[in-house]
Amino acid sequence: MTALTLTNVNKSFGDVHVLKDINIEVEDGEFVVFVGPSGCGKSTLLRVIAGLEDATSGEVRIGGEMVNATPPSRRGIAMVFQSYALYPHLNVRKNMSLALKQEKQSKAVIEERVGKASKMLNLEDYLDRYPSELSGGQRQRVAIGRAIVREPKLFLFDEPLSNLDAALRMNTRLEIANLHDALAASMIYVTHDQTEAMTLADKIVVLRDGRVEQIGSPMELYNNPANQFVAGFLGSPAMNFMPAGYVNDGDGRTMGVRPEDLRLADDGALSAAVQHVEHLGGDTNVIARVKDTQITARLFGQHSINQGETVTLGFSPERLYYFDDNGARVQ
Amino acid sequence: MNKARKNPFNTLAMHGALILYTLIALFPVFVILINSFKDRKAIFREPLALPDAETFSMIGYQTVMKQGDFFLYFQNSLIVTVASLFFVLLFGAMAAFALAEYRFKGNTLMGLYLALGIMIPIRIGTVAILEMMVAGGLVNTLWALILVYTAQGLPLAVFILSEFMRQVSDDLKNAARVDGLSEYAIFFRLVLPLVRPAMATVAVFNMIPIWNDLWFPLILAPAEETKTLTLGSQVFIGQFVTDWNAVLSALSMAILPVLILYVIFSRQLIRGITSGAVK
Repeated sequence: MTALTLTNVNKSFGDVHVLKDINIEVEDGEFVVFVGPSGCGKSTLLRVIAGLEDATSGEVRIGGEMVNATPPSRRGIAMVFQSYALYPHLNVRKNMSLALKQEKQSKAVIEERVGKASKMLNLEDYLDRYPSELSGGQRQRVAIGRAIVREPKLFLFDEPLSNLDAALRMNTRLEIANLHDALAASMIYVTHDQTEAMTLADKIVVLRDGRVEQIGSPMELYNNPANQFVAGFLGSPAMNFMPAGYVNDGDGRTMGVRPEDLRLADDGALSAAVQHVEHLGGDTNVIARVKDTQITARLFGQHSINQGETVTLGFSPERLYYFDDNGARVQ
Repeated sequence: MNKARKNPFNTLAMHGALILYTLIALFPVFVILINSFKDRKAIFREPLALPDAETFSMIGYQTVMKQGDFFLYFQNSLIVTVASLFFVLLFGAMAAFALAEYRFKGNTLMGLYLALGIMIPIRIGTVAILEMMVAGGLVNTLWALILVYTAQGLPLAVFILSEFMRQVSDDLKNAARVDGLSEYAIFFRLVLPLVRPAMATVAVFNMIPIWNDLWFPLILAPAEETKTLTLGSQVFIGQFVTDWNAVLSALSMAILPVLILYVIFSRQLIRGITSGAVK
């Protein structure tokens, strides 16, 4: 069964067309990540799915049921917000149980579900505290707990990690991955961070300017990007683009090569002036200029390369990607 | 802490200025209070002297208690002020929520229209208001005053509260919607508690002019049983003779309830005034 089906969904605010003809399917138990730069409409799309915004046209189906006119609370969804959005005047227990009380669940059911969720998230010691007495990571866990207790058909996450510091972000990312395994629930996760997208997703939806650019598993998108945008968006450091004329005289296409596919080679095709070197220990990132283009090479291990040096970089031809003037992938 | 605040001279100058201002502001109140406890001759001979054994007199308070129904006036004032504040806050907050939260045609226009009342003094419409109250049979009832004061307070209330309600996080309201709270529940249980400081600010700004008003009680409700405190005190001021003891005593007693209400609201008020400016 499909957990969510979007068919030709459009959304406009006045004259501004924010979502253009979105078609997406989410299978049961799938973890789908919407990723794209700021302002690409990914959060708006999530709101349309949640029912916080109405789609201007198109169909939204959750669990096979058409929900265009159903209020958010009856869509069988739960949402985790970027700013946590905990009720400041309620303690953790009441924050988590509010939705169940609204659904008129019995006390025993509420008690049991809150107990289960708080155990899963290590929140048992904090149930009587207020949100202002919790750290950022704990607040985020409460927000997730509030979603879990509802046992929804579909979880929606709106950039849940962007307010956390780097270390905590990684931990919480793992927790969310574990949670997905434990609950086997369908989840939709919005982020602008491609690392989160790559590490969490079963399926990534890349959005740009309100349009779906490509849908596929992380490795599919990484190895086989449909266009220059997807190629440049996924992967860190980002793929290098340069005129293919640098290596083939008279070639008008754009050539793309990933930083990790570049290597030092005396007979390499690219001669690069080193501008900056980042020594990361395990890797060395070399930022250099090839003619008018800045490129990044990610070399494995430690290298003693100095700023101002000229190095020769080579690559295997089969690791190259070519794009036409419009950014579409060509062979 | 910055340097300017650490310098003892600056601290002294700052406190000096504040104390001076406090003295100037409290001086009239102080004069009213001390003179209300003196006899008539002492008031005029030495207005600034404290009451001593010779000049001490409760005659003013006795007059006030005997003449006219002072407690009824007091009660009228309290009913009118509290009821008006309640309606101003309730309707003002509801209108502000609608303006801040919902996108609808003419939203901005409606906001401007509601704020227009800040610029136009309601007393310009006194004649029309009086005609309306006569037609509605509301003359000499407390409802006449409550309705007028509610109308008078709403523009500023809507203006201030809608600004504050815009600052309440959208995520929070959306989280409540996903959790199944109705719009009314979101308004009463989530948004109102969060804008409480702003509500206190609006309450104080409205309370004092209503409590002190003489104009509308004089025109709309001058009957004995609907007189407010300010109007009631006027009986002691005559064209030829004024009973200063009684006037000063009545005023002294009129200060009390405002003072109490102010103390209740003030903690919230300070947070309300500063919270917009400093994050």
